[in-house]
Amino acid sequence: MGATEMTMTGEKTLTGTSRAAAPSNGWDVERIRTDFPVLHQTVNGKPLVYLDNGASSQVPQVVIDRGSIYLEQEHSNIHRGVHYLSQRATTAYEGAREKVKRFINAREAKECIFVRGATEGINLVMHGYGRKFIGAGDEIIISAMEHHANIVPWQMLCEEKDAHLRVIPMNDAGELLLDEYDALLNGRTKFVAVTHVSNALGTVNPVKEMIAQAHKYGVPVLIDGAQSAPHMPVDVQDLDCDFYAFSGHKMYAPTGSGIVYGKAEILERMNPFQGGGDMIKSVTFEKTTYAGLPNKFEAGTPAIASQIGLGAAIDYLNSIGREQAAVHEHELLRYATERVSAIERVRIIGTARDKASVLSFVIDDIHPHDIGTILDQEGIAVRAGHHCAQPVMQRFNVPATARASFAFYNTKEEVDILASTIEKVIEIFS
Amino acid sequence: MSELSELYQQVILDHNKKPRNFRKLETANHKAEGYNPLCGDQLTVYLSLENDAVRDIAFEGSGCAISKAAASMMTQAVKGKSKQEAEKLFTEFHRMVTGELNEELEANSLGNLRIFAGVRDFPVRVKCASLPWHTMLAALQNKGTISTE
Repeated sequence: MGATEMTMTGEKTLTGTSRAAAPSNGWDVERIRTDFPVLHQTVNGKPLVYLDNGASSQVPQVVIDRGSIYLEQEHSNIHRGVHYLSQRATTAYEGAREKVKRFINAREAKECIFVRGATEGINLVMHGYGRKFIGAGDEIIISAMEHHANIVPWQMLCEEKDAHLRVIPMNDAGELLLDEYDALLNGRTKFVAVTHVSNALGTVNPVKEMIAQAHKYGVPVLIDGAQSAPHMPVDVQDLDCDFYAFSGHKMYAPTGSGIVYGKAEILERMNPFQGGGDMIKSVTFEKTTYAGLPNKFEAGTPAIASQIGLGAAIDYLNSIGREQAAVHEHELLRYATERVSAIERVRIIGTARDKASVLSFVIDDIHPHDIGTILDQEGIAVRAGHHCAQPVMQRFNVPATARASFAFYNTKEEVDILASTIEKVIEIFS
Repeated sequence: MSELSELYQQVILDHNKKPRNFRKLETANHKAEGYNPLCGDQLTVYLSLENDAVRDIAFEGSGCAISKAAASMMTQAVKGKSKQEAEKLFTEFHRMVTGELNEELEANSLGNLRIFAGVRDFPVRVKCASLPWHTMLAALQNKGTISTE
């Protein structure tokens, strides 16, 4: 595979899979795929079918190029240099921050703190906000479908402060029970942390309503946007969330990039996260004062090249049309759900009405590990395991699931390959 | 899929479907638990040791086909062996699945355990095959609970 083919309009394209049918809804997935060099390879003699986007997404050539150009031509340490390269690097880095601000519609760029991913962002909030404002007897509400990154930091905080974790339960479809959420909110609640989209189930939570509900009690809300930022527009002012964290490597940017957004007035009141250079105003051995936003939360030399790559990824997403990308992804998920749930002995885990990207499934008597290995032999990359969401696995009484997670560069043909290989798995084990 | 058929051979699929010695051992005087946190494989190995020999052995647990088949065939191979023979089998099996021992060329007592040689082409699955053996060794040596991580 990887042969050069002629399209109907005479353009040359590189295809990693068999020639697709005419593009639906104007989304030319084959052309989009040419933007992603990694997709055009074979695995175990078969074309790569990359369905592990929930774990990490692939990077388009323009983003790779932007990072390379930075390292080839612009690199120097940022912020304090008087020389030309330092100014160029700073401009590129702060330019990426501006792009993020527009991407999530933050009021100010200084509300967008660069971190290496959602996990670090959530830990930043736990240390900067939680450790300062949450005390003994206070309650923190999270949901039953959280990724460990949005569970463990709060557990650590509760242990340190003798506070209590409360968990919003979900139904068998993987939808949060909002009445239970309402009931959990009370005078002792001091924080709510909830995922926008579940990485294990694909459930899209009604976070805008949940945020409004918490705000009635004066409770701030952090949203884990790791699985939503790649797949849907995010407007932090419209959501009115107090914090929003997401990872660059899940939205077509390099690893080491990501953002935690916070409302300026909250960030101002918080303690810093890490101490060191750049986050200070002045240092003596007697007293040190901290810098303003965003620098207060960006100690040390950041992953400059990666964050510039995040800016380039945002430009790329804006250029391809996010609405059409979302329509294509929804169609992929709908089609995949239809094909996979039709296979006997296969059970879909996570059947909420409102879902994005993720198709988790189990097969009677066949362990996800075995499913994943056999799929891999056919070139299909899925994730098999607990997906850093062990409580979700326990809730659904499974040791693990196999998870296919889609991006806008996946095709219907890849879904067909997934479905027929699942049938092959069942055949091998019967 | 010829490499896959190396891993999921009929014998292995059979032992996964009908694992041998798959029960709790009431007469056990040694036992250990093994756990692979990456994929959720977990098992308990029960031993009845008498005069430094494995009089009886059984296992319980849940996990992937490779771990279940490995556990099943492990109990068959180890039953009736002396403690030293069981430890020797452990070393040979472990060296085979990690690619150190060429089971065709180097003298060994693995017998039909050689069917797991294919695992070394699937590095991610080596821990699945070796977990039951590590657990058995822990039971022999009274080590309690072990984890692959």
